[in-house]
Amino acid sequence: MTSAASNFAARLASAIGASRVSADPAECTEYAVDEIVPAAVAKPSATEEVAEIVRFAALEKLALIPCGNRSKLEIGMPPSRYDLALDMTGLNQIAHYDPGDLTVGVDAGANFNDLAAPLFKQKQFLPLLVPFYFESTIGGIIASGLDSSLRHSCGTARDFLIGAEFVDGTGRLCKSGGRVVKNVTGYDLHKLLIGSLGTVAVITRLNFRTFPAPPASRSFVLSFSAPRDALVFSNLVERSPIRPASLDLVSPRLIELFVEAEKNSSQPPTAALKGEFPAGSWHLCVSVEGSPQVCERASREFAELAASSTAKPAQFVTLNENEGAGLWHYVSQFISFLLEACPLTAIFKITILPSRLAPLLEQLRALADQASLPYAVLARACGVLYFSLLLPSDEHESLNSASLQPLAEATSAVFSFCTSENACAYLPWCPNQLKRQVNTWGSPRADFGLMRRLKSAFDPQNLFAPGRFL
Amino acid sequence: MHAGLLRDLEKLLGSSSVLFQPEDVLLYEYDGSVEKGRPDIVVFPTTTQEVSQIVKLAVKDNVPIVGRGAGTGLSGGALARIGGVMIVFARMNRILSIDPENQRAVVQPGVVNFDLTLAAEPHGLYFAPDPSSQKSCTIGGNVAENAGGPHTLAYGVTANHVTALELVLPDGEIVRVGSAQGDAPGYDLTGLFVGSEGTLALVTEITVKLTRKPEAIKTQLAIFDSVDDAAETVVDVTARAIIPAACEMLDGWTLRVVEDFVHAGFPRDCAAVLLLEVEGLAEAVTAQAAAITDVCKTHHAREVRLARDNAERELLWKGRKNAFGALGRLAPSNYVLDGVIPRTKLPQTLRHVREIGARYGFDICNIFHAGDGNLHPIVLYDPRDKGQFERAMQASAEIIRYCVEVGGTLTGEHGIGMEKAELMPLLFSDADFDLMRRVHDACNPACLLNPGKIFPLSKGCGEIRIRAKSSSRPSPS
Repeated sequence: MTSAASNFAARLASAIGASRVSADPAECTEYAVDEIVPAAVAKPSATEEVAEIVRFAALEKLALIPCGNRSKLEIGMPPSRYDLALDMTGLNQIAHYDPGDLTVGVDAGANFNDLAAPLFKQKQFLPLLVPFYFESTIGGIIASGLDSSLRHSCGTARDFLIGAEFVDGTGRLCKSGGRVVKNVTGYDLHKLLIGSLGTVAVITRLNFRTFPAPPASRSFVLSFSAPRDALVFSNLVERSPIRPASLDLVSPRLIELFVEAEKNSSQPPTAALKGEFPAGSWHLCVSVEGSPQVCERASREFAELAASSTAKPAQFVTLNENEGAGLWHYVSQFISFLLEACPLTAIFKITILPSRLAPLLEQLRALADQASLPYAVLARACGVLYFSLLLPSDEHESLNSASLQPLAEATSAVFSFCTSENACAYLPWCPNQLKRQVNTWGSPRADFGLMRRLKSAFDPQNLFAPGRFL
Repeated sequence: MHAGLLRDLEKLLGSSSVLFQPEDVLLYEYDGSVEKGRPDIVVFPTTTQEVSQIVKLAVKDNVPIVGRGAGTGLSGGALARIGGVMIVFARMNRILSIDPENQRAVVQPGVVNFDLTLAAEPHGLYFAPDPSSQKSCTIGGNVAENAGGPHTLAYGVTANHVTALELVLPDGEIVRVGSAQGDAPGYDLTGLFVGSEGTLALVTEITVKLTRKPEAIKTQLAIFDSVDDAAETVVDVTARAIIPAACEMLDGWTLRVVEDFVHAGFPRDCAAVLLLEVEGLAEAVTAQAAAITDVCKTHHAREVRLARDNAERELLWKGRKNAFGALGRLAPSNYVLDGVIPRTKLPQTLRHVREIGARYGFDICNIFHAGDGNLHPIVLYDPRDKGQFERAMQASAEIIRYCVEVGGTLTGEHGIGMEKAELMPLLFSDADFDLMRRVHDACNPACLLNPGKIFPLSKGCGEIRIRAKSSSRPSPS
């Protein structure tokens, strides 16, 4: 650490207390973002301390990145500057919970699981089972902007985040929205925090509308030899009167990873993955929630659809509630399984209108085949495609720009293709080294200029995670 | 005034698309609120390019610009507070595409809300936001105000149904934000612009989600002899995690007037009714309706009626949606409030509203979206009596203050506009205003787009503070 850095750490310590600041190199390393290590870590325990730290950073012109449990820090481009990590896990209380009003307010640093437990007691939940949720803070989940399988029925955070408090780049505590389920008072600034990766403000509190837990649920796995058939079937499900809670397509490689992980797991076996999945098949995973009668009817109608459809599944498996929970755990954590199995993975999030999912997927598979790269896919029927290119593991040892070249070329080709198809694409996960060759935000969009202006409005001195997004 | 600008606008649009005579622009000084603000020039563009050109011309002359749909807004959002050019989107009223497979439609801002539902109907789809004014209000206006309606309880407000926008910024630049699917990399600009009340940009094209019609709908009318019982029923329905598609309350006072006007079959001798609707699979709907009946009975409902057919259902909704109009029979004018409270506070809030009415000597009607805690107390008054008008405004401000005190907010669906701008400090600090101001300036730096809205005048653009014409009414604060 430079002496300048140690100086600022000492000054910050005297401002907010020595126990709240660490300049220990080993500890700072734990907060590295894309291998860039901050000079100090601040650990506020109150909102006013967060504001004070930001004012300090503004005064000293320090770049800071707010974080929770650091499970998703690799999303985004490497920061252009990074002096101070702002560990928000000390702000971790449930500020208010009104089960009768179906609303909850929680500090940004609270663990998702610590919030889920009291909600569960009241038979309520938040549909935020996003990748890494079990090790995430609520603030991290919102700032990463990830979606969950339940978006099919519950939407994404923008549909149930009803208000927020945050510290802006001038070090002042601000708010938007409120604690009620309907509110059009003032600008909806809290919507800009979703997926902002800490670049616009430091989130301190989030207010949500909660959801009543369904009385029953049932899940189905329908296996198809071709993804196109699976998506044709998914379209039939969409047009039926039954509204699925989740409707995701899992590729052969991904289901293999789930089965392998299941074999190595110390957890009780997941019945969902015990069955034999037809090799090389694509699996449409569907869940239905509601009364037992609704679940019964879904079973009946999906079986009828499967029997009568031109897109016939090779296998149709019905899962009870527990089995379904096992399946959806794997589906929700697909990113972890991909990254564990193949650290050199480039995972795109691509959005397109649902009717164009099948042809897009076909082209992307062809593109991966041309590059001789294995791939894995998770597609949500609402038009979200997580497409992963996997660089084979025997190439890991001599990792350099040459060995990454096939991945870099294929990544650029995916971006170009998506642009030509009018699909939105970015690359939330990829090897850090790839970011030297590829902009993970993909082709520049016409609205990036407007986003830059808004970032400056929130953060005039560009203190917050500079370079990570725009 | 603005002679050069007028000439340029006529050259651009043709004289049939430009109004400037006082008797012509007079029509545009009103909306559905009690506010007034007359534009100097009214223009009717037909394309986004024309909107962009109009904006460039007005900005060059430092003249304010206000967008307007059908003028049904209830907060003075579409009024020219300090004059200037009003862009009326009435001629940009085409549904550009309906994509049933993907449940999307692309519309121009002047499309009437209900016309989109009619156009989507053959595909088994509809546009979910359904403000009471849906047969006349425009989708552009819905976007500006982030409009709601009775069915937003289950389906959300306008923002939940908009996936992309085409915008014209004050420098004339045309920008698209969001995507047809909805998700786009980076910040959720669509989420910011919906509900920004025309102060950040003009919206010239809107991509919306269409919702599939449910298999079954059951509509129930629960009749109560006490307002408290009706309010407790709403609290209990929510607490039991039953989410109806709609849960509306009308008090007895209002019902009698509505019934005289609409003949919807509302009882004349009760204290309140709840109009409850559940939608979904036949099995689910039957169970939910039974559960709701149970809750109503627990809270001493005199009767719970089930609409026998679609005609009866439509009649009940006609009664609800035309209720505001029917109130014209009771008093020369009325003032509709739009506060929101946590739903658990509903009984005490309704009692408090009654107390305030009694104290100020007003009859206050309640017709509102009980299920999401969105109150619409309606103060009946005679505007010819200036003292009465001022007292009505004071009573209204007191009600809104109470909503904020119990954890609620100033507006659930009507917007801040001119009407509630001075109440904003009840909720927002100087730091909040500073940030909102910077966000405003990032898009609208010269403050020429819809000036004098959302921000209290003391915190608005300096220019506006000087130029603001005297308001049509005293500040309610």
